[in-house]
Amino acid sequence: MSTQQTHREDLVASPSRFPLREAVLFTILLAAIVGIYTAMGAAYSTRMLVEASCYAILALGLTIQWGYAGQFNAGVMGFVALGGYCAMAFSMPVNGEFWASPLSGELGMVALMALGGVLLVVGASKLHRLGVPKPLRTGLAVALALLFYLLVSTRLGVVTEQIEAQHDYIGGLGLPPWMGWIVGGAVAGVVGYFIGKVCLGLRSDYLAIATLGIAEIIKAVLKNADWLTRGTATVSPLPWPVPGPAEVGFTLARALYFSITAVMIVAIFLLLSRAYHAPWGRMIRAIRDNEVSAAAMGKDINHRRLEIFVLGCILMGIGGAALGSFNSLFDPQGYLPLNHTFLVLVMVILGGPGNNLGTIFGAFAVYIIWVMSEPLALAVLDLAIAFGEGNFGWEASATLDSRALQARVFVIGLLISLVLRFAPKGLLPEKVKHHG
Amino acid sequence: MNELVFFINNVIVAGSVTGSIYAIGAVGVTLVFSIMRFAHFAHADMMTFGAFMVLLLTLAFPGAGAALGLPTAVVMLPLAMVLTAGLAVGIDKVFYKPLRAHGVKPIVMVIASLGVTLMLQGLIRVFAGTSGESLYVDDRKEIFRLALPFEGVRAPIVVTEPQIILFVLTIICIVGLHLFLSRSRLGKAMRAMSDNPDLARASGINTNLIVAVTWVIVGGLAAIAGTLLSLDVTFKPDLSFFLLLPIFAAAIVGGVGHPYGAIAGGFLVGFAETLAVFNWGVLLRPFRDSLPEWLANAGNLAFVGSEYKIVVPFFILVAILVWRPTGIFKGKVI
Repeated sequence: MSTQQTHREDLVASPSRFPLREAVLFTILLAAIVGIYTAMGAAYSTRMLVEASCYAILALGLTIQWGYAGQFNAGVMGFVALGGYCAMAFSMPVNGEFWASPLSGELGMVALMALGGVLLVVGASKLHRLGVPKPLRTGLAVALALLFYLLVSTRLGVVTEQIEAQHDYIGGLGLPPWMGWIVGGAVAGVVGYFIGKVCLGLRSDYLAIATLGIAEIIKAVLKNADWLTRGTATVSPLPWPVPGPAEVGFTLARALYFSITAVMIVAIFLLLSRAYHAPWGRMIRAIRDNEVSAAAMGKDINHRRLEIFVLGCILMGIGGAALGSFNSLFDPQGYLPLNHTFLVLVMVILGGPGNNLGTIFGAFAVYIIWVMSEPLALAVLDLAIAFGEGNFGWEASATLDSRALQARVFVIGLLISLVLRFAPKGLLPEKVKHHG
Repeated sequence: MNELVFFINNVIVAGSVTGSIYAIGAVGVTLVFSIMRFAHFAHADMMTFGAFMVLLLTLAFPGAGAALGLPTAVVMLPLAMVLTAGLAVGIDKVFYKPLRAHGVKPIVMVIASLGVTLMLQGLIRVFAGTSGESLYVDDRKEIFRLALPFEGVRAPIVVTEPQIILFVLTIICIVGLHLFLSRSRLGKAMRAMSDNPDLARASGINTNLIVAVTWVIVGGLAAIAGTLLSLDVTFKPDLSFFLLLPIFAAAIVGGVGHPYGAIAGGFLVGFAETLAVFNWGVLLRPFRDSLPEWLANAGNLAFVGSEYKIVVPFFILVAILVWRPTGIFKGKVI
């Protein structure tokens, strides 16, 4: 009886108070931004803000997966790269020469062949409904899949080689960039659906392994499919959805771009907060905190998990597309696990997983530190070299600059370990309202 | 027959080399899985660390191997194993143990191990740079060419010295591990803890000791695998993310928590990789005249290009997760 009588702070909806912690942290962030504006100039600082806002969209995607549902996605980079590719493919001008040549028709034939193959294999895998024994059905489906895979891949190899030799690459679609952003989100969502379908019913570690793998695969495909992406030759300049720097100057163009990404963040933030406080959000948290009892309440756990995972992937695709358009350069080799997976992870766990405001704070704060750490690391290194040469007569190695930047890898790793150990809920912890 | 020799060189030899490396790596991963129950992402970087220690020691004493008639790197391997084992135990003390004491979910341990992997990567790259380096500092890589006693065979079977060392070391590792797990007291205690940690603790097994012993073995195996890989090709500081996927695929295919399964899985993944990138057109060449034209003229009949090698372990992983998530040898932890 006594346990019910005691007044437990955390069980009662706390009266709305002045959010002191939030106010202090955001004031510090604002001061840092103002400081950078005065020190580094408006054009540079605005660029940093735009990039930070794109990362904030990525971080919101990850905070849904990790913070809302406890799923760990170790392959954010793959979804970012997919988004970036879609932004490129939709917004680049049409390669008329290629579409006029017979090669476009042949590429279409290969695509049709692939589609027919997929339909046949899927059909074969359903044969057991017609009374075909299961082992026979599996064997037939696998054999058909192998046959069509070999046929399509050899044919594709021939056609793409000719495309690369004659037309460089197939070019874009010449559509406005925002269409590419939406499709980028959709494509990332579809890939996420298949990964989630395979892994989400199993141990949580398997999802991390599989996403790590799919990210490397997406990168390998984008890097080596020269006919699609020009590979290491890179594609530039990607058009912007707003007037570019050539028309209105760097600062204004970047500020316009920032206004778009900022509106996107606000919209996503409002929608997510609504979802979080809705019955849907409560159900998601129930599944995260106690899976067994949520299942006992009749919730379809695997379905909800898949829902969350796909939603997060869609946000990552959109953020990646916005980032890709802004860079104005599509370089598959520029997608690095460190910059596009672990940096986002640090933003989320430092800011506060499950707390959208904290995640946005984490995204901006970590990105500013990340950008500033590059000149800082080099400066520290220069100082050390000057000191060493002056006092001990050391000889500096020529590759030392690139090595100093590797020290940032170490710092990110250390940051992850320290946050997990000492502030597992982040700087702005998730606030779960209980009604007692 | 020349084509057959080509097949042996490019599939049998190359496949066993990759297979052995994956197998030793996967055993380490699966041991952590079974004792501590999380996917240890820092394993690939422990391998790199071990190889880097060997590189440093070899640079420090380049002539040490000549006295024993072995490459210096192999002579330095036991020392590097001790160092890597020490590192593994240290990492556990500093980073994993406090989290375990808090009773966090396994997935948080996974993230912690990612933090560790980044730290290791950063440290190694700061000191080693980012370019590859050969572990053969002062010695020469011996290459053995075995000519086959058949008529009309011109190409010999080529095996290099590090590959022979690799096969020998792999067999020693597997036999040693088997004896340890099945005969020694500690090994039996480890298996007991992997089966049921609470019961093991209740029956008086010192679980802290078991955890430490596991890390020593894992570190030692990681050093061996990393060194063998670097001996076969070169030491590269940035391989880890490409190694993780095949190693995890091998551990999961073999059944998580199953050392013997991990060995089988390692060879399975290694051979699948080499078979997938092998150009099957070579084997068809002797029958060129009797084949239909489109098949005889096809230039490259590999399943995947070598630039897409990483797709193979991923495909195996997905297939096993869909059809038999427990692995071929029924792993215990799902």
